[in-house]
Amino acid sequence: MNKEKVIYGLYGDDDVILDAVKTIRSKGHQVNEVYSPFPIHGLDNAMGLKYSRLAICSFIYGCIGASCALLMFWYIMIYDWPMNIGGKPNFTLNENMPAFIPVTFEMTVFFGAHLMVITFLIRCGLYPGSTSKSPDSRTTDDKFLMEIHTSGDEKEVKKIKDLMKITGAEEINEK
Amino acid sequence: MKHEASIREPLIIGNKSLHDISEDIAKPIETSANKWWWSLFLLSALAMLWGFGCIFYTIGTGIGVWGLNNTIGWAWDITNFVWWVGIGHAGTLISAVLLLFRQKWRLSINRSSEAMTIFAVVQAGLFPLIHMGRLWVGYWVFPLPNQYGSLWVNFNSPLLWDVFAISTYFSVSLVFWYMGLIPDFALIRDRAIKPLAKKVYTILSFGWSGTAKHWQRHEVMSLVLAGLATPLVLSVHSIVSMDFATSVIPGWHTTIFPPYFVAGAIFSGFAMVQTLLLVMRKVVNMESYITIQHIEMMNIIIMVTGSIVGIAYITELFIAWYSGVEYEQYAFLNRATGPYWWAYWAMMTCNVISPQLMWFKKLRRNIVFTFILSIFVNIGMWFERFVIIVTSLHRDFLPSSWSMFSPTFVDIGIFIGTIGFFMVLFLLYSRTFPVIAQAELKTILKSSGDNYKKK
Repeated sequence: MNKEKVIYGLYGDDDVILDAVKTIRSKGHQVNEVYSPFPIHGLDNAMGLKYSRLAICSFIYGCIGASCALLMFWYIMIYDWPMNIGGKPNFTLNENMPAFIPVTFEMTVFFGAHLMVITFLIRCGLYPGSTSKSPDSRTTDDKFLMEIHTSGDEKEVKKIKDLMKITGAEEINEK
Repeated sequence: MKHEASIREPLIIGNKSLHDISEDIAKPIETSANKWWWSLFLLSALAMLWGFGCIFYTIGTGIGVWGLNNTIGWAWDITNFVWWVGIGHAGTLISAVLLLFRQKWRLSINRSSEAMTIFAVVQAGLFPLIHMGRLWVGYWVFPLPNQYGSLWVNFNSPLLWDVFAISTYFSVSLVFWYMGLIPDFALIRDRAIKPLAKKVYTILSFGWSGTAKHWQRHEVMSLVLAGLATPLVLSVHSIVSMDFATSVIPGWHTTIFPPYFVAGAIFSGFAMVQTLLLVMRKVVNMESYITIQHIEMMNIIIMVTGSIVGIAYITELFIAWYSGVEYEQYAFLNRATGPYWWAYWAMMTCNVISPQLMWFKKLRRNIVFTFILSIFVNIGMWFERFVIIVTSLHRDFLPSSWSMFSPTFVDIGIFIGTIGFFMVLFLLYSRTFPVIAQAELKTILKSSGDNYKKK
């Protein structure tokens, strides 16, 4: 069996690589990864990536934040140590609710924002001390790198390389 | 096809390529500082140390070293607190609200104004802490289980809402800022030659590699964070204003406070952004990115929010008269004609009259004029808080306890110290952090770059 090969195509323009991804995928090849210095609009669709569910996560985290806040108010202000403060009614959570709106909002945002960011970092494997996975350091500057995994079949490798050349790759390497 | 009006000016001038942007933004980090930077840094550091000395003196001796008295229990401390929090509003407004409105011109200025926001909130946070007098029990503001009963914090109090608002605002802005910084730190990391710099920026960049999936998630996250930060930024100064509005002091007890404070905060925040960026763009050669057009846009926002603030002042006066409450009427009459008339008219001149000059296109595109005006606005907004706090308190319901406030050297020292501390942080930032969000800026090069637009 042939050894698996990875082909890298380096492009110099975001529109060119976007078209290249579309062309190569339309020829039935899988584009495994694209490294770019900035987000390219439409690339996720062109590569067939699923839509990110981070926004849904954030909504759920926000709901958790609001619930935690309400539970905290009920426990502290209504149940554990009720106090008459300026004659504000505090027999139930509902009666005292208007005074709790601001902090409920803040806690919702706090949970929604921070837990989403933590989720993002974990899902992307980003943490202090982690190193870049990009094989070419120019991809944070002005170059765009396409990565395609092949089974190592000579014919396939050549076909992909030709495709890369036609679509405007500046450098083509294999590993 | 996207249609663009021909009057739209390029946002990036000079014939820049993607690589040029990387070069320009990495340059201040990779070169060493000049004499100007060092002298400004030393001056700021001295002011900061002086301020820290005054803070230690306050904590060691007690709040008595300030100019406060029985009648005036809040003065410079809370004035400075509200002033700094207000300044800390422009950054998140630029990066979050302008992101939601798809304003591309935010991209050259969002990083620095967010940095300014965070550094300003740090200064703001110092004041309530030292105003407690007993800093070592400062953690009592949080609802922590304790051995006193448990004795809890009071969630009916706007002062506690403030604790939550400021800490949420600070932490969320910090995270928003940092997440935007990760791809830019990655650029600096990949360019670094010195091993120490490489190591430091590797840690700071969290191993960012810019894969398609990561960018997709990053964009979703930025959008959601902007959506969360927008109401947050509006809530923070609303809650700060409730510290006053929920009390029964004439001059404070007004329902107009939340929107009025928010407009004032944006007003002063943009003024401080102008003050800093006009200097920074020159010192670190960012004139191609922070153009006259950017300055004009910010001046327009200053003009609009300044006008809102002006209307709020006049509304306050009208309502004081219209309410028929004589204490309320007296509070406002006393502001304008009492012993603190100079503070009131300084505020009126700086905040209401001066921004109206921005109606002239020549003036709002003039750098020197903009700089002077931004200083005026900063001063005016400080006086606004001074007027609201001190003149409302100094003549209360009982004429026998009327008094005046005069700051001691400690009051002044702490204020100057926070300006120094703020400048120290900003100067350090401007030499070690990418001062423009280059990854995002690169996305608009083709649509708003000078050389691409001409084609």
